Amino acid sequence: MNKTVVRGARFAMAALVLVAATACGSSSTNSSYSTATSDAAFGGMSGLVKAAQAEGQLNVIALPLNWANYGSIISDFEAKYGIKVNQANPQGSSQDEVNAVKSEAGTSKAPDVLDIGMAVAWANTSLFAPYEVAEWSDIPTGQKDPNGLWYQDYGGYMSIGYDSSKYTVTSVASLLTPAFKSAVALNGDPTEANAALNGVMMASLANGGSLSNIAPGVSFFKQLNAAGNFVPVTATAATIDNGTTPVVFDWDYLNSASVVNLPSWKVYVPSSAVLGGYYAQAITKTAPHPAAARLWEEYLYSATGQNLWLQGGARPVEMTAMQANGTLNQTYAAALPPVSGSPVTMTQSDAAAAAAYLASNWSAAVGS
Amino acid sequence: MTAVATTDTGDVRRPLGGRLRISTAWFGAAPFLVYTAAFLLLPAVLVVVGAFSGPGGPTLSNLAQLDQPYIVSAFESSLVLSAVSAAIGAVVGAILAYTVASGPPDGIMRRLVTALCGVLSQFGGVTLAFAFIATIGTEGFIVVWLQQHGINFYPNGVWLFSLTGLTLIYCYFQIPLMVIVFMPALDGIRPQWREATETLGGSTWHYWRYVAGPLLLPGFLGCWLLLFANAFSAYATAAALLDIGGIIVPLQISRDISSEVGLDQSSLAAALALGMVVVVAVITVLYSGLQRRTARWLP
Repeated sequence: MNKTVVRGARFAMAALVLVAATACGSSSTNSSYSTATSDAAFGGMSGLVKAAQAEGQLNVIALPLNWANYGSIISDFEAKYGIKVNQANPQGSSQDEVNAVKSEAGTSKAPDVLDIGMAVAWANTSLFAPYEVAEWSDIPTGQKDPNGLWYQDYGGYMSIGYDSSKYTVTSVASLLTPAFKSAVALNGDPTEANAALNGVMMASLANGGSLSNIAPGVSFFKQLNAAGNFVPVTATAATIDNGTTPVVFDWDYLNSASVVNLPSWKVYVPSSAVLGGYYAQAITKTAPHPAAARLWEEYLYSATGQNLWLQGGARPVEMTAMQANGTLNQTYAAALPPVSGSPVTMTQSDAAAAAAYLASNWSAAVGS
Repeated sequence: MTAVATTDTGDVRRPLGGRLRISTAWFGAAPFLVYTAAFLLLPAVLVVVGAFSGPGGPTLSNLAQLDQPYIVSAFESSLVLSAVSAAIGAVVGAILAYTVASGPPDGIMRRLVTALCGVLSQFGGVTLAFAFIATIGTEGFIVVWLQQHGINFYPNGVWLFSLTGLTLIYCYFQIPLMVIVFMPALDGIRPQWREATETLGGSTWHYWRYVAGPLLLPGFLGCWLLLFANAFSAYATAAALLDIGGIIVPLQISRDISSEVGLDQSSLAAALALGMVVVVAVITVLYSGLQRRTARWLP
């Protein structure tokens, strides 16, 4: 393993995939499904279910089972419709998803549906097929593409999760004290992972920065690193369980999931920096199972799918509408971590400016 | 070819036969050549092409970006990590190999060490990183055990998740690799040479300084270069241990091809990979030079 130049391996894989692509050809699906923009094209929901079941499979990518309750969502979908869900690269990034769409296009293994960060969604709309789920009007206007190319699915607030048996977190600044020696971690590298970028942005907001200025966040992590409090390890369920990363910047719904294995795990959302963020769904143009892909979206945006995300601690995009029409599961809603203060969300240009600043300043701040 | 033909004794069929032999040899090597072309040549060509192409056609702008401070520092860290872990691996591994090689050639000790080194030299990636985290991580069992006895394993802060920690972990596979690659050189040293030195009145110091040392030095340096390249190209272990900050080049490359925050720069990744190819090419040239020197003396 240690001798593998991953770059080379990936190129070789790409070459193999190209060979495989020409060898396999396309599977036998009704091509009109690929352009269906609502379930009306299938003659309603029952027609869509029938067409999806005829395809029998759905390719999903980069969905960790402990991320926003995807484990339950996938098994419930499989049980309900008898469609097999093929999961690829569960730890992949949103960019890995898009790379797979490009490199595997035309094969039966190409991803059907994507769950991606907004930066990647904005940059790759040419790969998506427009589709509007039945509950389209329940998605707030600012949270969907007007042409139906992408639609936000669930989100939450940036939070600090911590093991309360060892630490008490009451502010972002308190993390700089000696009590937090080798304790504070991010969920990935902020130049690579969206959740980590938002973690640095949250630190920026708490230290006098703004959505258009992430610099104070970078200098906060620089101080954290200089104090010996920063752990340059990507926080995962495993590193939280074994105590390597006892204090973690991450989305509240991801931090909440750690309580299952570590009962003393607590989630704190600083009132001075309530940073929200949503992921988005999209169906790929080259989906090998176009009907199953559309059924998956219908399922996710039904009350069942939305409540399953809520059960995982994520705030579903139709939350307000569901609260109004009484379909929101109140038990799950009450279990969300308390949030006070006024939430803010980065725009496309905020996110691009933050990424550009991080590209040239992050490594220098935390590199040893 | 013509020179061979004219100095030949006049048998006109000889050159033809020679040519035929060459073509059969090519035929036999075809699977290897196809394999090399697909998995070595093609990726290398793609890297070079990628490094010189941009959105608007051929460009030098990818290479021009390599002088950014964070990239320069990643290359420095990669080179230091490789050089230091290779040096520690080479010295410790050579001593271990000498200890084993001076024993009986078919002894149980030698077979045991060789077999063990064969396994350990290929031990890396997530498993190796986790083994170290579980042992000397912040909650590792040695650290916790010492803590219970009032000893702080990390009085100056945790260094496991840094270049220092990475160097230590790389030594775990560098030392066994050195034992394997250096053993043949040690086996080439004949006991008669030592006896000859002593017959001529030389001491142990004289033997190492004027006989064994100069003979082993090219081989030793060659092995060091091999270890250097081994560490330079390693990715998985580092990625599993400290993937934040992109402190070494392979981590920078991974970041450039999978960034989901809008920093997807596969051309810059190709330029970085080209930089690595250049370093390894230099190593390979030096290595083959040393190999030729070694081969003059040792069987």
